[in-house]
Amino acid sequence: MTKYRGKGVYGAIAIGRISVFRRQDVQVKRIKIENPEKELARLETAKEKASSQLRDIYEKALKEVGEANAQIFEIHMMMLEDEDYNDAITEMIKGQNVNAEYAVAATSDNFAEMFASMEDSYMQARAADIHDISNRLIACLSGCENASRPSSEKVIICAEDLAPSETVSLDKDKVLAFVTALGSSNSHTAILARNMNIPAIIGLGDTFLTQITDGTIAIADGFTGEFITAPDEKTLWEYKEKQKAEEEKKKLLQELKGKENITLDGTSIDIFANIGSADNIGAVLVNDAGGIGLFRSEFLYLENSDYPTEEEQFSVYKRVLESMAPKKVIIRTLDIGADKQADYFHLEKEENPAMGLRAIRLCLSRPEIFRVQLRALYRASVYGRLGIMFPMITSTSELSEILALCEQVKKELDEEQIGYSSSTEIGIMIETPAAAMISDRLAPMVDFFSVGTNDLTQYTLACDRQNPYVERFCDTHHEAILRLIEMSAKNAHEHGAWIGICGELAADTSLTKSFLQMGIDELSVSPSFVLKVRDAVRKTDLSE
Amino acid sequence: MRSFTYTIKDELGIHARPAGMLAKTAKALDSEITITKGEKTVGAAKLMALMGLGVKCGDTITVTVNGGDEDAALEEMKSFLKKNL
Repeated sequence: MTKYRGKGVYGAIAIGRISVFRRQDVQVKRIKIENPEKELARLETAKEKASSQLRDIYEKALKEVGEANAQIFEIHMMMLEDEDYNDAITEMIKGQNVNAEYAVAATSDNFAEMFASMEDSYMQARAADIHDISNRLIACLSGCENASRPSSEKVIICAEDLAPSETVSLDKDKVLAFVTALGSSNSHTAILARNMNIPAIIGLGDTFLTQITDGTIAIADGFTGEFITAPDEKTLWEYKEKQKAEEEKKKLLQELKGKENITLDGTSIDIFANIGSADNIGAVLVNDAGGIGLFRSEFLYLENSDYPTEEEQFSVYKRVLESMAPKKVIIRTLDIGADKQADYFHLEKEENPAMGLRAIRLCLSRPEIFRVQLRALYRASVYGRLGIMFPMITSTSELSEILALCEQVKKELDEEQIGYSSSTEIGIMIETPAAAMISDRLAPMVDFFSVGTNDLTQYTLACDRQNPYVERFCDTHHEAILRLIEMSAKNAHEHGAWIGICGELAADTSLTKSFLQMGIDELSVSPSFVLKVRDAVRKTDLSE
Repeated sequence: MRSFTYTIKDELGIHARPAGMLAKTAKALDSEITITKGEKTVGAAKLMALMGLGVKCGDTITVTVNGGDEDAALEEMKSFLKKNL
């Protein structure tokens, strides 16, 4: 078993036999010719043939990868007709009395060099296009074309590099994956592989080609960029399982993507995603979440060696809002305490951190830290649809204090003539029994509630969820918890606020029906659970 | 002979795809069209030369129209650039 690592271009796993793609090396020799006119006629015929091949490839690409991606072959056709390129070849044949193959190869090198020496990497990559059309032209001149070997089973194509035309020319039904020694993610081959939904790994390095042989079983993991040849039983089994899980997920995704979150009798609900870092946005979009229901801002603090500045926070919030716009993004303000803190906070050790100085209590005790976060949030609010959510609320007086701080920050921004969105929503977590009990008083003060079921369970049942000795007493479906949620939902709606659930319980599909009956407006779950919950909602019938 | 200047707004500049479209548009006109960036001037119908200019976003190019129906060609080029680049 040998492992290689490259760059995964398209996320999927392929398991199968290796087929090494070798270009028929056409040796171009410089030959002195007697009759340039005859050579020019040969060139003309070859050009017509190359052009018609390119047209076929263009038509194939049009069908398989869409017009935008097929256009490169139209450009190849135009390059082949390019005046300067053709003049250079013709003049070489006439002026130096050389064979057409040599004239094409030399001209190809000259033009490719012009692109390779250009400043930007995009234009540099175009050198490959020149070589691609020139090699085709030479093949047509020499009468030996790349006939792809017919193969009865699907294979993993391994090559030094693949030209775009080679990528498209390969029979898609016979290709499990593309694995190349060279290649940049800017190359058209990478783009085409992505559009053909074929896993591809590029940039494995030169040595791998000398070590592999046709017919060896291999695994190509387009997620991680790993390429494993002759895997042992255990690895093979692991990847087969991973592949199966991915396929099932993709199937569900295909079926449920773009569908509404609506019950059989027509009740709809929002399904959002919880994320802990801006890097998870991709997963949110891929899984088709309707927004972000909980963006934990802690990572900004925990990954830093000092308090993150307003600018640092602003740029992260802006990025998340812009990437999700016009969908809603709920950002929760700092939620750390003595059990989970960054050194520079210098928090005292506490006997019982779960009930200690944490979350909003910490923010209200250190308003100078809180103010920086609020300013960053409001400044970012113009880039999308922002909701700001405060954790660990237990009383109306706390909430009044927070709202006053928000007003103060907005006033400062007004004075500095810095814009913010006036439609920014304000909400609180319902994660203490106290907040649920007085939800009728809290609701008129905010735009939304979001139930944090993990802490709500711990505080309501007096059970530490991490403590294995009390596990059997920690019933997450306990009636007390469900009643608190129901009470909060009723009070929210009576005062015109909406209510979501962002704790683990939101993804518990055995409760989906109960939540729908309570009138919960939004469920926020891990990105990978979005479609599972959508599936549950679509199978629910509230009229039963 | 008539000419005008244009500043490229497309993020990628005159990359392969718009260069191909530009060359096609220029070829279809009966005027001779050239594009100048800095000290280099190339025929607008020549794809490779056009790409070789390396025109990036924010660069200003001069488009010159010579012969044929200059007014019509000028308008055609203007609207092409505005729409695609």
